[in-house]
Amino acid sequence: MIVALAITRMRNLFSVVMLTGIFSLLSASLFITMDAVDVAFTEAAVGAGVATILFLSTLVLTSSEETSSRRLSFLSLCIVILTGAILIYGTMEIPRFGDGSAPVHRHIAERFIHESPEETGIPNMVTSVLASYRGYDTLGEVTVIFTAGIGVLMLLGRGRRNRQQSTGNREQL
Amino acid sequence: MEHHLVLRVIAKFVIPLILLFALYVQFHGDYGPGGGFQAGVIFAAGFILYGLIFGVKNVRKVVRLGLLRISAALGLLLYIGVGIAGLLLGGNFLEYNVLLEDPVAGQHLGILLIELGVGITVASVMMILFFVFARP
Repeated sequence: MIVALAITRMRNLFSVVMLTGIFSLLSASLFITMDAVDVAFTEAAVGAGVATILFLSTLVLTSSEETSSRRLSFLSLCIVILTGAILIYGTMEIPRFGDGSAPVHRHIAERFIHESPEETGIPNMVTSVLASYRGYDTLGEVTVIFTAGIGVLMLLGRGRRNRQQSTGNREQL
Repeated sequence: MEHHLVLRVIAKFVIPLILLFALYVQFHGDYGPGGGFQAGVIFAAGFILYGLIFGVKNVRKVVRLGLLRISAALGLLLYIGVGIAGLLLGGNFLEYNVLLEDPVAGQHLGILLIELGVGITVASVMMILFFVFARP
């Protein structure tokens, strides 16, 4: 929370990137205390590790200082407060953490817990649900990552080659 | 970064461990926390660390961008291929029970293969992102 507030106040983007990494690491430890080890693993590796590096290399390509706009927009403040209020109102009916009678735990989870070790022979239930029962979802996620890679390649990879060609041409001239 | 002796020595020591740990996360994901996504990111992080310390040019000599482009597609194709293999063997798309005689072993093989596909794609895409963003 404090880190998030600090991020919004910062003007130097380099420290913002560092604080985002710290924020990811903090949320990873929060996930660990909630016994969601797989999610914490991903958060620590992707959020705190690779995303920070990518932000930094983006800063190298652009500039490391935020262009400051001091003008406060009343409309955007209203939208933010409204969205926040709706989100907080939405959390009112969420059952307490670890509540056994919550709908999530009643519906299909019991079947997964009882039968997935026999059906798949895999002790880690997260993996068996992710890869087997929800194979389509994971296929979609991989496709999203693949598409992101293609998009970045099309946007940045091609441009650099052209620039190298143009400098090469200049040297030839 | 040629004068940072400590960084270079530590990196040379740590990078094999990172790659080994990535493989462990990849193939031990059935039993402990981990899986293709995490393993791919960790594997890519090993190469990114090499690139940060020894220069992007050097790491691009080790893994070429064209190779990464192919392997990113290959991982996704492996995933879809497992699904289609299940289809050809008389099951549904992405149904692993029919892959082998024993349904449990089939599940095991299917999950291992698609996690491998996920890992290859994620690692390749992460390295592509880093290489393209970082100026050589």
